[in-house]
Amino acid sequence: MNIKRFFAVFKARNIEFFRDKSSLGWNLFFPVLLLVGFSFIFSGEGRSAYKVGWVEETKEAQGKAQQNSFADTQFIDFIDYKDIETAKGKLSRHTIDLVIANQSKRYWVNEESVKSYLVEKVFSDKLEGYTRFETSGKKIRYLDWVLPGILAMNMMFSSLFGVGYVIVRYRKNAVLKRLKATPLSAFEFVSAQLLSRLFIVMLTSIIVYTGCNFLFNFFMLGSYFDLFIIGMLGAFCLISLGLLVASRSKSEELIGGLLNVSSWPMMMLSSVWFSLEGAPSALKVFADFLPLTHLVAGAREVIIEGATLSDISYHVNCLLLMSAVFLSLGAYLFSWNAER
Amino acid sequence: MSVAICVQKLTKQYKDVTAVDNISFTVEQGHCFGLLGPNGAGKTTTIEIMEGIISPTAGQVIYKGKEYQGKKVDKSISQQIGIQFQHTALQDFLTVKETLNLFSSFYQKTLAQEQIIELCDLKDFLNRDNRLLSGGQRQRLLLALALINDPDIIFLDEPTTGLDPHARRNFWQLIKNIKAQNKTIILTTHYMDEAEQLCDDIVIMDQGKIIEAGTPQQLLNKHFSEVFIYLPAEQVPSVLVEQNQWKKLAGRIEITSCNVEQTLTLLMNSEVSLAGLHVKSANLDDLFLHLTGHSLRE
Repeated sequence: MNIKRFFAVFKARNIEFFRDKSSLGWNLFFPVLLLVGFSFIFSGEGRSAYKVGWVEETKEAQGKAQQNSFADTQFIDFIDYKDIETAKGKLSRHTIDLVIANQSKRYWVNEESVKSYLVEKVFSDKLEGYTRFETSGKKIRYLDWVLPGILAMNMMFSSLFGVGYVIVRYRKNAVLKRLKATPLSAFEFVSAQLLSRLFIVMLTSIIVYTGCNFLFNFFMLGSYFDLFIIGMLGAFCLISLGLLVASRSKSEELIGGLLNVSSWPMMMLSSVWFSLEGAPSALKVFADFLPLTHLVAGAREVIIEGATLSDISYHVNCLLLMSAVFLSLGAYLFSWNAER
Repeated sequence: MSVAICVQKLTKQYKDVTAVDNISFTVEQGHCFGLLGPNGAGKTTTIEIMEGIISPTAGQVIYKGKEYQGKKVDKSISQQIGIQFQHTALQDFLTVKETLNLFSSFYQKTLAQEQIIELCDLKDFLNRDNRLLSGGQRQRLLLALALINDPDIIFLDEPTTGLDPHARRNFWQLIKNIKAQNKTIILTTHYMDEAEQLCDDIVIMDQGKIIEAGTPQQLLNKHFSEVFIYLPAEQVPSVLVEQNQWKKLAGRIEITSCNVEQTLTLLMNSEVSLAGLHVKSANLDDLFLHLTGHSLRE
């Protein structure tokens, strides 16, 4: 190897990187952002391993719910519920791992959940004298619970990166500049990109869902039409976000960073893999501003609870509102070719 | 002749760089108008302002009496102009035919596809992926896209840069065919032979300013009255070279003469063999060197 040539190339690349202030700034800013975020999410003495729904059935006892005799066990969160049915619903949907009704000395486990089995074992001594029940109704596997999250996450990556990177590459290679020289308007171009990606995302999601359903026979209590609508609204919102992120930049490195900062919080906080039940309320409020949260929650409610579109109107409205904001901002900021 | 485009006091400033500095000129209908100059002279910036791709800092472009510029570009004008950029990419994975179809769909009026395929000689690679085209094929496709709406005005920004001599000459022929249809062509180039072959009128730019304008012949006549005569050095006696203050260059003698007949008579009277004699008149390269003190390709 010719060291002189190697060093010249090494130096040139370093100069290029350090002179690209947006990429440099991003590389410094993103890890700090991640550290701050994780330190907030996982702050405290340690992350809880299990979540137990604690039901005090009388009003007087509800005021003293935190003084339960189980609470001295470390790494287990106790979440207070006022009625047993709500808590049982959460248990059957794998949101929590055990339900204890203190006054009536009863507890419920989810036979499909490994965590439910383990937390029952942890409390085997203390649960002596309590009557054991299993959650009733059709059994929901973790696979059924996690399915909407995985599908939605796939839609998110396809929407954000499929639109964001492509537009920035078009801008960088002057494809957009060539299109600008034609009578094609920015609105026509952007809406064509949006609908093309929406078609691709929905088609691939339907193929993935149908294929996997054939293999795993997914639980489905609601209507496929409602699921399609919430899926389409979610994808539309995420594509709009991708368009907004890609509205001006010419740098693929910067856009990579911006897409990561958009997708990572959603992947972690939108209940794709685990529920935010019992998480700090500030975190839940933050998660409410993420489109994936509403896509996942809406789809999950349709699949697991049999909710209709009117039942999930909050999620539908949130997605519509966010789409309107992202599209308006994206259209306002859109540039065919960022001028020198 | 009617005026197709009138550029008035155009200026483009990028922070502390003045790319175009208060330039004005007119382009006549049916002419091929050349913007010449070295890299960085401001040719591309000027042409992109004329195309409505970038906005000027000051000044205006009047197209057939109608003002348009930059971001406020009137999209109806883009129906009537054709553009071939210096640097542009085409969408990956599309074939030549699909690309023609895509661009055809943008315009109200288009040439018949068979006509454009024949005009730009695309038929041999119509079904080829854009990514697999050679340089010459790619430029022909880009020219076809510029012509697809049968425009009145065609902007060609350094269309033959990077092409081999054969492909360049083929491309010139295409441009001559288009010119024959009374289209107005605005061409930027730093190849002077290209400008001499194709342009009716030229402006020469340097550092954002117009340093000369006119027809190529007018400009050469204005600045050069002499021709250059070259002979192999061994055929010319040293005494004759010194007497007449001729230049000795790499085995050749360069004679600068305002009267070729008189110089040839002198050589013959001095019994100098005229074998290998070469006469060259000044060209635009020489003109640029004369005007700016540096070569066009610097």
